Amino acid sequence: MKEQTATELSVDLLKSGDRAEFARMVDQFTGPLYRLAIKLHGNPQDAEDVLQNTFIQALQHISNFQERSSLSTWLYRIATNEALMVLRKRKPETTLTDAGPEAGEAEDLHPVQFVDWCCLPENELLSEEARTKLEDAVQNLPEKLRLVFLLRDIEGLSIQETSQILDLSETAVKSRLLRARLNLREQLSLYYKERLAKEPE
Amino acid sequence: MMMVEHDVRKCRELLGSISDYIDGILEEELCLELERHIAECKNCHIVVDTLQKTIYLYQKTSDQAAVPAEVRQRLFRSLNLENYLNR
Repeated sequence: MKEQTATELSVDLLKSGDRAEFARMVDQFTGPLYRLAIKLHGNPQDAEDVLQNTFIQALQHISNFQERSSLSTWLYRIATNEALMVLRKRKPETTLTDAGPEAGEAEDLHPVQFVDWCCLPENELLSEEARTKLEDAVQNLPEKLRLVFLLRDIEGLSIQETSQILDLSETAVKSRLLRARLNLREQLSLYYKERLAKEPE
Repeated sequence: MMMVEHDVRKCRELLGSISDYIDGILEEELCLELERHIAECKNCHIVVDTLQKTIYLYQKTSDQAAVPAEVRQRLFRSLNLENYLNR
């Protein structure tokens, strides 16, 4: 979840080139940024590249950091841009930050699965197999929905922070978040519906 | 069983609000309208419940992606921060 300790870092020390403070920053943000990158790419090597490049960029540009956003938001923004560059190298057609109308919005909203699987026991909902299913479902999301979902629901960033990181309006962030969540719900419903059918009466 | 006249248009109309509802940021009037609707509409009730559960499951498992020790070591080396590795 969201790093709460970011405010304890001294931007002044970071700007002055203090190595110990930089190491503290790296330590604090390695976990969240690695998690974001690996869940976005589904690939440990790419995630490691994103992680390294993010901190190299941060080191190079910290003197230009104008504190219009929090340090945390600034780092997530760098990490997201690095992650997008890796994605675009793989799939040049990928466009994640377009501010235009949300294509396909009406079509992909409507729920199809209406099975109530909430009553399944927690050990069933979070079995090894279910955890793999949860991860696969995120990977199945279109990238632009996946990114918003990861920043908002996994990293715990606010709608405003997510919109700053992605250069999107808050309305667009909310729209993508809704579509991402509904999409995941559909995928999980399909899976848990089968588990429910196998449950003893 | 009591059959409630099912207004599919209402379901569609309120669907756009359920993310805000779950996040607790939906304006009060819409919130009451949505709650009135899901009290009568079984499908929408299921969608709200399972959507909440979906988010809960992801948040519950979000700390799983721990950084492997060797990734952390390589990172610190690439940034010339070896001296701070064990702190």
